[in-house]
Amino acid sequence: MSNLPEKANVVVIGGGIVGNSVVYHLALHGWREIVQLDKGPFPNPGGSTGHASNFIFPVDHSKEMTLITLDSMRQYKELGVFTESGGIELARTEERMEELRRRMASAKAWGVDSRLVTPEEVKELVPYVDTSIILGGFYTPSVGTVDSLRAGTLMRERGLALGALTVAPGVEVTGLGVKNGRIRTVHTMQGSIQAELVIIACGVWSPRLARMAGATIPLTPAVHQMISVGPHPIFAATGREIAYPIIRDMDTFMYERQNGSDMEVGSYAHRPILMNPDAIPSIEQSALSPTELPFTQEDFEPQLEQALELMPDIIGDERAGIRHAINGLLSLTPDGNPLIGETEVRGLWSVAAIWIKEAPGFARAAAELLTHGASEIDIHASDVARFYPYARTRHHIHARTSEAYNKTYGIVHPREQWASNRQVRVSPFYFREQELGAVFFETAGWERPQWYKSNQPLLAEYGDRIEQRPHEWDARWWSPIINAEHLALRDRVGMVDLTAFAIFDVSGPGALDYIQKMTVNQLDVAVGTAVYTPLLNPHGGFKADLTITRTAEGRFRIVDGGGDGARDKKWFEQHLPADGSVVFTDMTSALCTVGLWGPQARAVLQSVTDDDVSNEGFPFSTARNILINGIPAWALRISYVGELGWEIYTVMEHGLKLWDTLWEAGRPCGIVPVGIGVYGTTARLEKGYRLMGHELEGEYNPVEAGLARPKVKSADFIGKEAYLKARAEEPAAILCTLTVDDHTSKSGMKRFMNGREPILTPSGESIIDRKGRRSYVTSAGAGPSVGKHLLMAYLPPEYAQVGAKLAVEYMTEQYPVTVAAVGSVPLFDPLNERMKK
Amino acid sequence: MILALVEQDGGKVNLHSLEMLTLARRLAEETAVPLHVVVIGQVVDGLGAHGVTAVHLAEHDALDDYAPAAWAECVVQLIAAERPTAVLAAGTERGNEVMAYLGARLGVVMAANVTAVSPGDDYRVTRLRWGGSLLEEAWLKGEPKLLTVAPLVIQAETVEGGAVEIRPFTPQLSADGLRVKVYGRTQPESGKVTLADARVVVSGGRGVGSAEGFAVLEELADLLGGAVGGSRVATNLGWRSHTAQVGQTGTRVAPDLYIACGISGAIQHWVGCKSARHILAINTDPDAPMVTKADYAVIGDLHEVLPALIAELRQRIQSK
Amino acid sequence: MNILVCIKRVPATGARITLTADERGIDTRNLGFTISPHEECAVEEAVRLVEQFGGSVTVLTLGPAEAAEQLRDALAVGADRAIHLLTDGAEWDPLATANAIIEAARAESFDLLLFGNEAADTGDYQVGIRVAVALGLPCVTGVKGVEVRGETVIARRDFGGGWEMYQVPLPAVFTVKEGLNLPRYPSVPGRLRAKKKPLEQREPARQGGGATSSLEMIRLATPPEQGKTVQILGQGVTAVPRIVEILHELRLV
Repeated sequence: MSNLPEKANVVVIGGGIVGNSVVYHLALHGWREIVQLDKGPFPNPGGSTGHASNFIFPVDHSKEMTLITLDSMRQYKELGVFTESGGIELARTEERMEELRRRMASAKAWGVDSRLVTPEEVKELVPYVDTSIILGGFYTPSVGTVDSLRAGTLMRERGLALGALTVAPGVEVTGLGVKNGRIRTVHTMQGSIQAELVIIACGVWSPRLARMAGATIPLTPAVHQMISVGPHPIFAATGREIAYPIIRDMDTFMYERQNGSDMEVGSYAHRPILMNPDAIPSIEQSALSPTELPFTQEDFEPQLEQALELMPDIIGDERAGIRHAINGLLSLTPDGNPLIGETEVRGLWSVAAIWIKEAPGFARAAAELLTHGASEIDIHASDVARFYPYARTRHHIHARTSEAYNKTYGIVHPREQWASNRQVRVSPFYFREQELGAVFFETAGWERPQWYKSNQPLLAEYGDRIEQRPHEWDARWWSPIINAEHLALRDRVGMVDLTAFAIFDVSGPGALDYIQKMTVNQLDVAVGTAVYTPLLNPHGGFKADLTITRTAEGRFRIVDGGGDGARDKKWFEQHLPADGSVVFTDMTSALCTVGLWGPQARAVLQSVTDDDVSNEGFPFSTARNILINGIPAWALRISYVGELGWEIYTVMEHGLKLWDTLWEAGRPCGIVPVGIGVYGTTARLEKGYRLMGHELEGEYNPVEAGLARPKVKSADFIGKEAYLKARAEEPAAILCTLTVDDHTSKSGMKRFMNGREPILTPSGESIIDRKGRRSYVTSAGAGPSVGKHLLMAYLPPEYAQVGAKLAVEYMTEQYPVTVAAVGSVPLFDPLNERMKK
Repeated sequence: MILALVEQDGGKVNLHSLEMLTLARRLAEETAVPLHVVVIGQVVDGLGAHGVTAVHLAEHDALDDYAPAAWAECVVQLIAAERPTAVLAAGTERGNEVMAYLGARLGVVMAANVTAVSPGDDYRVTRLRWGGSLLEEAWLKGEPKLLTVAPLVIQAETVEGGAVEIRPFTPQLSADGLRVKVYGRTQPESGKVTLADARVVVSGGRGVGSAEGFAVLEELADLLGGAVGGSRVATNLGWRSHTAQVGQTGTRVAPDLYIACGISGAIQHWVGCKSARHILAINTDPDAPMVTKADYAVIGDLHEVLPALIAELRQRIQSK
Repeated sequence: MNILVCIKRVPATGARITLTADERGIDTRNLGFTISPHEECAVEEAVRLVEQFGGSVTVLTLGPAEAAEQLRDALAVGADRAIHLLTDGAEWDPLATANAIIEAARAESFDLLLFGNEAADTGDYQVGIRVAVALGLPCVTGVKGVEVRGETVIARRDFGGGWEMYQVPLPAVFTVKEGLNLPRYPSVPGRLRAKKKPLEQREPARQGGGATSSLEMIRLATPPEQGKTVQILGQGVTAVPRIVEILHELRLV
């Protein structure tokens, strides 16, 4: 038993693949006096790593996930624990074939060599597959397996060799001491350790550890069933751990992989079986290990039949036995992404809900975040801070993970909406919107109208200016009404529910300095002025973009996207001065917002207020308090849709009256309710506005995104040094808007890209900038006013030329596109005259 | 009267019977009744020192070797004649077997592997369950009380003994009672012992290093009349055939001694060997799970320890 | 050869068994269930004998509805028929258990009845013998080897480091021990076949000793932790003398 030190710079709790990867990368980043604890023994303390299936398919529709997986593969190879076997995702249905074609786009967009294969080619690669029941496959030669226990051991040993680490297996954490919101102590059965940084990296047990400190790590342990059938002479004869490509039988949600002389069959098809972290048995109570629970035969039986169908000679071999069968526990989160970053308690980090394929990559990113405040690969989609309190509850976690489990191998549309635990956050306009036939999409729990069925008659009004999408996939979770709402907004006036905005008020003597430190653009502006500004990470990449208004000398209001609000709030709070000179107040739940935009917006607003809303009286980019039909409101004259108008804020209880007032006032002008389909996509794309998480990511900077202002403020701010450097260089890529020239596929049907497709040269070559980044569609959508389907993409300077002809690949076919705008020049109303009238 | 069935090894009371007698004597003392024993075929000495006042010696030509049903007939007839309040035997294979016959013949339940008794009209007994992992407290009802005493729980004691009266009797043995009788004994053929029934399993893992490295394990197994097994690493690397794999996806073994050589002790291996009565780990890593979970461990290189052990064993065999 | 194998559903436990709050049972919330290990070998032996000599294997269990899982496990490795003597889940003492099995066995004619030497959970060591006595059949217990010679069977069991041999005519009862054979794993087709086979279900009356004789559980208890720690015999070759001593203590040399 190791003697625990009384103090450490960092304590890492967990000795699975994640904990080991974390201690290794911390050590590489110069951290010393690291203590690694696990209540179990090494090398397998009994968590999910010990029973992992250990294979890696790199291609994912998520860029973040793919890049992290590729990084992990590089690391596993460097450790010498990676065995390349190749892997094939099979299609039994035409719908799945289409999904595999879509996967080809992701493979190309993220730079993985994959190809579609015919049943005959599958047979050649994997002779025991009955190819009569498949239509084809998606083959990735670089797929392989790793020895994750060995990898963990090697990384831990390297940490030890660097003299960075004290390793303590068999040490159970009994409590976490917190003082003034900051972690101070780790209490164990063998004594206490003082530490300012504690990292919870213990997978399915993580929520339990977090709770010891009053924090949350929103994951649930869930069962994944797996059996091992063997021995098989054909496998034994290979004399290898794995010699045949791994099969993912996508339509049955199963995989089959050689594991020594056995065939391992795993399933994501059975009912979701969730567990409470407190109910996981101890090592001593477990027949196998705490995360290898007794197999529940009846849940797996349908899968046996399906596996038999696909591999009759292997699975049907009477001499081969089911030698191992478990209900293995793994970690699931409400949105399927990992949980990385600081929890609600300062200094207490989560690095959890990470699978084998991702662990070394996420651990490296976490070590970079801890050391530099930014990671090379942007992992904002995995930031543990992304969840609002309602989403950290067991109720929400169980609802979403139950819904998602069977989608692990599912065909999930990029716009697909959750069905469970909805109506958690609704605006005061919700019931009005329901009456108008709103189709609600969810953002961070908020119900937001995506379009309104009541606008159906507009389709006839705009006739063939409305794009039709003949293919069901392109039209899924979409409606042509969005385009009609768009045109009506541009012609008349529309109301957009923006209550999902996250709103923070910052005040106090230190407010200006603080805001200046956080933002790129000059915020030392006249009171009442609104400023759109990026927030950068220390590497000069995007952390956020938002609008800040100076509402008083020492007071600012930050308005942020609802989906980003929780994460950005954490970022703001982490940087608050320790002297208490800044007060940070979350106003999100206090205020509702309606956007009123369109040529008639001023007429509508003026009819219900005595305040001056003329261009002179209420100029663009300013904000002030006004009275609307007697309701105190705060109006902000900006626009994300490129039209004259205001975002109008009032307290929640006035919301309904505000809505009704504007609605009634707008009727003579033909006011329409307008959904987020217009606000977030069509109007935005026509105006070339960038969206966080799409165009704006940590890997890109404001120069590349076309957001660099002519001058740089003198005040220091996070990322300034990197920003100045970026300004001095020629950008490696520039964000451009492209138009699709011809939508016609080989079949003659018109197809419409949804985003994340690769942009290629006209001859079909990938486009890679000098930083190694590939060009892909960051956002896609209709531009009804410009009559084109619009795509945004970063392009290297040689391609970032207006008029340049390129191609986009969609479902394995290439479509011609033209660069229509370089940088942030809008395609619609390039001089922004409409909104500044 | 308390009656105890005593097993012997050629005129000497078997150790587990002595343990049983200790409990039987205390029971007799507590209930103020004499303690009698029954022995089959051959008288044994020294019972006075265990509080026994009378020995019932069953004598019959057919009792020349062990025949469980016939033994039970002897005791049933004695019970009929002597009306003991309780009959005890050691919780050995034979003790449990004969007592089970008694239970069947008398229509009463037998309590196996008892560790403590509180007498009364009904006995409150404590007995082993789950192979000793759990204790059960239970009421034992019946006339007479039948119970066996768990081996290696009670320390055998001697007392100042008096005279022991020998009372030979000749039981009536039925043909049925003699249908099952030991007709021969053999030693296991060497080399044919399997992983499943070997008393010793010598098993190797990553630390063995190569297929050739197993030769030394083979040699030790031969000397001990045991079998050779391997971890999953050893079988996957082709050092041993997969039929030799001990573990979750291989064979689960339960020998008297499991010698784990260069095996780290992954959970899936542990599952296969944890039923062994004793585990000896030989490993260079003192923190290896196999070492920490074992009963005995040697910290060292198996390629040094095993040859030395083999040499020592050979020397002892030669010097005999 | 028609063989009856009696099996029992028992929890597959870890290193430490946790009791339920009332201390009358073990906490099985995180445990799987299995056929008691001796009986797994009994099923395997029966299947092998029938593969060799023809006939059929019938498995029988007395237990709650969930025990159907263990019958299917046995069917999956080659048993032909399954009889489920359904109980309400309460533990039946050896007398009542034996009586129910006797009644079921009397209704048919089996050449060989196989039991485990003792159940993993209760360790009563007597059900097989009770059945044999009631049916008037010879019984060998602790069997670790079976060899059929025409109408008789040679059975072998451990004794003092060697084996003792019994020879009995059929029909007979054997109670067997782990080590008799290596039970096979079920194949996938075996599993799928087992799923489709019918289970013959009966609800026997509980006929025990009642007021005259019984073993009634009061409570279960966990033995005091023995504080088992590894005994380090030494470093490298210096440990050899201690190893030899231990081999002697265990009577292995």
